[in-house]
Amino acid sequence: MRRAALAALLSHWRRQPLQLFTLLAGLALATALWSAVQAINGEARRSYDAAAATLGIGGYASLAHPDGPMPVATYVALRRDGWDVSPVIEGRILRGETRLRVTGLEPLTAPTGLLPASFAGDAGIDPLDMLRPPGVGFAAPETVDALQGAPGLPRLVADTAVPPGQMLTDIGTAEILLQKGGMIDRLLVRPGQPDHRRALEEIAPALALTPAQDQGDMARLTDSFHLNLTAFGLLSFAVGLFIVHGAIGLAFEQRRPMFRTLRALGLPARSLLALLLAEVMLLAFVAGSLGIALGYLIAGALLPDVAATLRGLYGAEVRGVLGFHPGWALAGLAIAQVGALAAAAHGLHQVHRMPLLASAQPRAWATVSARALRRQAVAGLAMIAAGISASLLADGLAAGFALLGGVLLGAALLLPRLLAAVLGLGARHARRPLAQWFWADTRQQLPGLSLAMMALMLALATNIGVSTMVASFRLTFTGWLDQRLVSDIYVTARNEADGRALRSWLSGRADAVLPIWKVDLPLAEAPGEVYGIVDHAVYRQHWPLLRSTPDTWDAAFANRGVLINEQLSYRAGLSPGDTLHIGEGWTMSVVGVYSDYGNPVGQAVVGLDSLLAHHPDVPRLRHGIVASDPPALARALRDDYGLPEANLIDQARLKATSLQVFERTFTVTGALNVLTLSVAGFAILTALLTLSTMRLPQLAPVWALGLTRRRLARLEILRTLALAALTFLAALPVGLALAWCLLAVVNVEAFGWRLPMFLFPLQWVALFALTLLAAAAAGALPTRRLARTAPAQFLKVFADER
Amino acid sequence: MRDSLARQFGRPPLALCALLVGLSFMVSAPASPQGFAGLGTEAEGFALPSREIPLTFPADHGAHPDFRIEWWYLTANLAGADGEEYGVQWTLFRSALAPEPDAPVEGWASPQIWMAHAALTSRDTHRSAEKLARGGIGQAGVTADPFAAWIDDWHMSGTGTGADALDSLNLTAHGADFSYALTLDADGPLVLQGEGGYSVKSPGGQASHYYSQPFYRVAGTLTLDDTDIPVTGHGWLDREWSSQPLAETQDGWDWISLHFDSGEKLMGFRLRDRTGPPFTSATWIATDGTPAPYGNGALILTPLAESAEEIPVRWQVDLPAHGLSVEIGALNPDAWMDTSFPYWEGPVSITGSHTGRGYLEMTGYGE
Repeated sequence: MRRAALAALLSHWRRQPLQLFTLLAGLALATALWSAVQAINGEARRSYDAAAATLGIGGYASLAHPDGPMPVATYVALRRDGWDVSPVIEGRILRGETRLRVTGLEPLTAPTGLLPASFAGDAGIDPLDMLRPPGVGFAAPETVDALQGAPGLPRLVADTAVPPGQMLTDIGTAEILLQKGGMIDRLLVRPGQPDHRRALEEIAPALALTPAQDQGDMARLTDSFHLNLTAFGLLSFAVGLFIVHGAIGLAFEQRRPMFRTLRALGLPARSLLALLLAEVMLLAFVAGSLGIALGYLIAGALLPDVAATLRGLYGAEVRGVLGFHPGWALAGLAIAQVGALAAAAHGLHQVHRMPLLASAQPRAWATVSARALRRQAVAGLAMIAAGISASLLADGLAAGFALLGGVLLGAALLLPRLLAAVLGLGARHARRPLAQWFWADTRQQLPGLSLAMMALMLALATNIGVSTMVASFRLTFTGWLDQRLVSDIYVTARNEADGRALRSWLSGRADAVLPIWKVDLPLAEAPGEVYGIVDHAVYRQHWPLLRSTPDTWDAAFANRGVLINEQLSYRAGLSPGDTLHIGEGWTMSVVGVYSDYGNPVGQAVVGLDSLLAHHPDVPRLRHGIVASDPPALARALRDDYGLPEANLIDQARLKATSLQVFERTFTVTGALNVLTLSVAGFAILTALLTLSTMRLPQLAPVWALGLTRRRLARLEILRTLALAALTFLAALPVGLALAWCLLAVVNVEAFGWRLPMFLFPLQWVALFALTLLAAAAAGALPTRRLARTAPAQFLKVFADER
Repeated sequence: MRDSLARQFGRPPLALCALLVGLSFMVSAPASPQGFAGLGTEAEGFALPSREIPLTFPADHGAHPDFRIEWWYLTANLAGADGEEYGVQWTLFRSALAPEPDAPVEGWASPQIWMAHAALTSRDTHRSAEKLARGGIGQAGVTADPFAAWIDDWHMSGTGTGADALDSLNLTAHGADFSYALTLDADGPLVLQGEGGYSVKSPGGQASHYYSQPFYRVAGTLTLDDTDIPVTGHGWLDREWSSQPLAETQDGWDWISLHFDSGEKLMGFRLRDRTGPPFTSATWIATDGTPAPYGNGALILTPLAESAEEIPVRWQVDLPAHGLSVEIGALNPDAWMDTSFPYWEGPVSITGSHTGRGYLEMTGYGE
């Protein structure tokens, strides 16, 4: 009996392949997007953990000569006195289009963690090859690909532990690549040095010790970004579930006669429920597996962009290659099961409560009464209120997202009530019978379409909100870059001696040489940096000040005050007039706040004299140059002065690079945006298909009254477009509220900067057109079916015993 | 414990060290067919040991960069004022990754790699340390006259007061939890091992250049866990260099250097062969330094008892030609060298037909 019943239940899917496809595709899509986001977040977290587990080169104190490289003999002298130090050579080379940062380590003395695992382990590389010409260079897989065939390089080995754009190699290989000729750049000093060695002053008095850097907590810094992604994943999953709910609801509805027959034949209600439950779980398993495969592909495609974003925004290194983790796949399958069961809960409940002898008449959909609509609207209002109060009562990113979620879901719940009101208004103003029928019939269909419309609204509001945020950010960012990049050329001297030579070479040739010298210091108990600037008109004219005092610049250049960036101002609650403790015996009054987008750390700017007074040993390598003929000066710097290409960048290129980083930052957002919208379009298609199969009884009388099938079809399309247009209009204010929320709440919490909001009506027009197009496309198939329905089918409606 | 120590000291990659040590001990390196069969042929561009080349001093105290491998190997049996026994090891290995052209290569490109081991053994504890260095930059090296061998701040240097550059030495090394500073003065001449310093290592004819200074009187201070211990005793320096790997079937060796109370000395080794009987060799050294070399089979080394790590720490040593029948036993059975490539090396005491102290080294066990 049970077997026969199962066969009967499953036969439904054989007869309705499109429905099966809809169900599987919806669930697979939902699972895919959710899993993709999880995979990306997981990969990033693993990268942070790996980075935290091994100290980078910066995790060791180091000895360097202020004037640049030191001879190898200095290293040997220290070793022979018992110092446990290891030499490092660093520099940049250009191979084809690829800029490569080369780090040369000495494998016999370097701390173990610094060497790539493929060197230390058994990756089929003879470790001695590293020490023998032509040597071995370890680089990220994408860097190895980019360098394929480039001349003058050692044998390249892909190692995901090496950040992209860098190469780790033996010090001997690096010496040749970087033409260091017997010189080394610095010495890593291991913690816990033997105590019988002589003092540094006795052996190498010129060397200066740089303490180990705090590696920073990447996980904490990037939390907001990952929370962002997770929110997107959840949203996609929710939209996907709308589809699944529609498809499962339809399948249950259409099989009501079958359920009744099975029950009448003696199948216990419990067994029927168990069979249906098994069916849902089986479908969820299939869809979940598809979703995981799809999610893996999506994550793999997006990961390089995410990695680029994290590097650009936070300096966090995330490997661009996705690993496969069974735990992740199981979680994906589980979420598919949970989602399918949630979507089927309503249907299963109905079957459970169905009286044995209930009418076999298929209902178009569970009729939603006006009371139910009101209840839903009240729930929506409550959610919005909860979101707003959460953001008022609590601080932090979570509160920001609570506000976002409350407004979005609340608005979605309100939508059916709103649409019903508008349609009612239309019906009241309609005079001609056909128009009256059109409004009434549209209202009648609303319950069936409302879920799809809610999905569409979520997708549209998100799209408007995120696009507005990104576009506002872009506009602000480009404007800010124009202001902030005051110099024409940016140069980095090779060492302190080179810096002095460079400055004297430039005096007379350039209009101004602006030092970009900084020390890393904790500010307000968090990582920070302090820059010293010289008095120059470009700062007064261009620097992007958010808040200032009448004599901001005079105070700064007279060493009476400090300017701080918006992040620091926000985090430490500092405004002009407050005092900032910069270091031991160094406290200054805040005289201005400037915007500093894309910088995760707090920053302070003081007069150069003030910086030098407190930190005379600040590295004096980077400089901005203002010149009347920048290209000529850049050429002269390269050709006459002999500055390596890699140490010089002009304003245009720097700006282009910054914008590139910016664009890549939001590639992921854009891609998820498009995916969510497609899912919503799919939801409409599903709902319309569902309805079209049931609407024959309602359309047949209208057809019998003389309306041609073609006109009926046109009206159907019109109806879909009207609903989509109304949904768009409802989504617009919600989207703008979302954008405001992102710019003024989430951005401030996540990054510490508040962005002005700009409106982009042209974007809305485009999105509106896209919405109509999507609705029309979704409506095309059911409408075509309607237009081609044989008249005999319509007649059958009247002939059938009902 | 060994693992955690290794991590603490931040060792270079194991694979690298294993290979270096493998080369240094002339075991586990791949044997080329030419190397096995023909003695006259060059081993991949390296110089080869030859009977025809007499050793010359002090030049041969220095490095031979044209050979693949070489070592300066010092062991000492010491005793404190209270009679408590100690053993000390100081070893510098040189290994060439590739044949050096006529002029030595300066800088990072030098194919020479240096490695050193230091150890201090008492009845209760065994401490060891390891150092690695690149050649070509002066971080490690050996000069012949005046004699100096060093790696970082460990060194063995001649004081230049004796007839030979090796006659008087200062010796220092330290690990995280031990150190020593010793002076060594030779009471006898250098001793050439094998046939005038040409020491055969297998029936196939593989060989090395090998001489010793076994007559050191030693005095100085050991520091163990911040306690200074004045000591005196006997020391033995081995010098050996070669280019040929052993036969592929030889996977380890047992080596002894014994100071008898009579003033006589014995050097002996046994190269274990997977496919047949071991290859043995010995040199009996009279009190005046006159060596009596013995070829394969004359010396019989028989393992008697194994330590917890399944390595024989007591041996029966027989050299019938000299009426020698003694038993040697480890002062501390747990004298494993906690180095990248572990081996056993520690002081032994001698009982039987002769008495005295000595050193035992065993490699290739427990792999």
